[in-house]
Amino acid sequence: MSDDRIDAALRQELHKIAPDMEVDDIDRDGDLREEFDIDSMDFLNLVSALSKSLGLPMPEEDYDQMGSYNAMLAYLKAHSG
Amino acid sequence: MAEFVMPSLGADMDAGTLVEWLKKPGDAIHRGDIIAVVETQKGAIEVECFEDGVLDSCLVDLGAKVPVGTPLAMIRGEGEAPAATKEEAPKPVEASPAPQAEAPPPPKPAIPAHVPPPAAPSPSGRLRITPAARKLAAEKGVDVATLTGSGPDGAIRLADVEAIAGTPTPKAETSRPSTGGFNMDAMREAIASAMARSKREVPHYYLSHRSELTNAEAFIAERNAGKPPEERILIAALFVKAVAKALKKYKEFNGHYENGVFEPGEAAHIGMAINIRGGGLVAPAIHDAQDLDLDTVMEKTRDLVARVRAGRFRGRELSDPTITVSSLGDRGVEAMFPIIYPPQVAIVGIGMPVMRPWVVGDQVLPRSTVTLTLAADHRVSDGHRGALFLSAIDKNLQEPEKL
Repeated sequence: MSDDRIDAALRQELHKIAPDMEVDDIDRDGDLREEFDIDSMDFLNLVSALSKSLGLPMPEEDYDQMGSYNAMLAYLKAHSG
Repeated sequence: MAEFVMPSLGADMDAGTLVEWLKKPGDAIHRGDIIAVVETQKGAIEVECFEDGVLDSCLVDLGAKVPVGTPLAMIRGEGEAPAATKEEAPKPVEASPAPQAEAPPPPKPAIPAHVPPPAAPSPSGRLRITPAARKLAAEKGVDVATLTGSGPDGAIRLADVEAIAGTPTPKAETSRPSTGGFNMDAMREAIASAMARSKREVPHYYLSHRSELTNAEAFIAERNAGKPPEERILIAALFVKAVAKALKKYKEFNGHYENGVFEPGEAAHIGMAINIRGGGLVAPAIHDAQDLDLDTVMEKTRDLVARVRAGRFRGRELSDPTITVSSLGDRGVEAMFPIIYPPQVAIVGIGMPVMRPWVVGDQVLPRSTVTLTLAADHRVSDGHRGALFLSAIDKNLQEPEKL
């Protein structure tokens, strides 16, 4: 999957969970949950959605590699063959 | 013939607006069917019916705002003849002569919201009104002679007075636009009304206890390993179960206190305080949490959160909770001192899990911990039992495999 499509998928799922936030307005290296004001349930829903749309397992022990928007993006790119 | 009435969906609801019929006259209906959607201060709520039969007639027009207890429709039993004539439609709230017509500014706290009209004695002199309703009417300056009772023989009940004396109806045209199905101004008023009532009426006491989460977190990690995200559980599910299990023994924290009497709940319907984006919160119930396994609690929590975010949940879910669990999640602070949501008598607060020095044997080790708090109602219980209850929740969290 191309990097652009991964970026689009992440934006889309974040928009579903936090429709009032704009990716362009946030600190992409800031804490993802803080920046988008999402709780652990929202985060689990985000991981569920991305896991499905990108076909990745995204195990819990990798959560600390998904701490910011940029980290999440890098993680998804690194794991999408 | 049975009445299908505008339900009360919590201490803070006085009226609702009928926005959708999901059944029409002649349709067969069953217990648990969703018949109508009602717009309240807490968003659009699906209202279920509690009997089997046939929807005979609709008594309220779409868009009408009516007080709690107003018949919305008639349901006839199997084999019953249809009603010969349509009953007179109830008057919408706006048409009520009660002092609803208020200037737009929000009410100032501690000052009665309405100017008390002179208390007119009822014409017959034999007004039927419950003591609680009379007291509230006097406090709020509501002329009881203008009220229509919904109790037996037209007796005026507390709910009838609350329907008039509650928060002033927000003016739709001046309200901020709703967020995801919620009207934020109305939501804030609903919360303010319920919490003011709680602080006014409920003698709270507070307890706090730090609990170690090592076992609980290890249990969750092990359980979630190798599972796809949609089958993973959050520690929040453990908190709900730990509370539900403790309530089996400590029943005085589970139930409703109304009109001077505590009614213990038959089951633990645990209200989950769920934050709403843009402000406000609701605490709908996970029903019968004591009987559910962790996966089911998690599934129901997910479903509730999704529907709260979408602004759509069911009436019973708001009125049924027998206790509330309010969890700060993993962002925030260590401890909260929550306020009881009447008519409930207790609320358990769960702080943000934090690493803290912990004495294990004769060593001090870093451990994940959480601060559990309890606010409970002194009219029903005392600190001694509260402490045992909170401590039982802690013990349950140490043995997550038994939840």
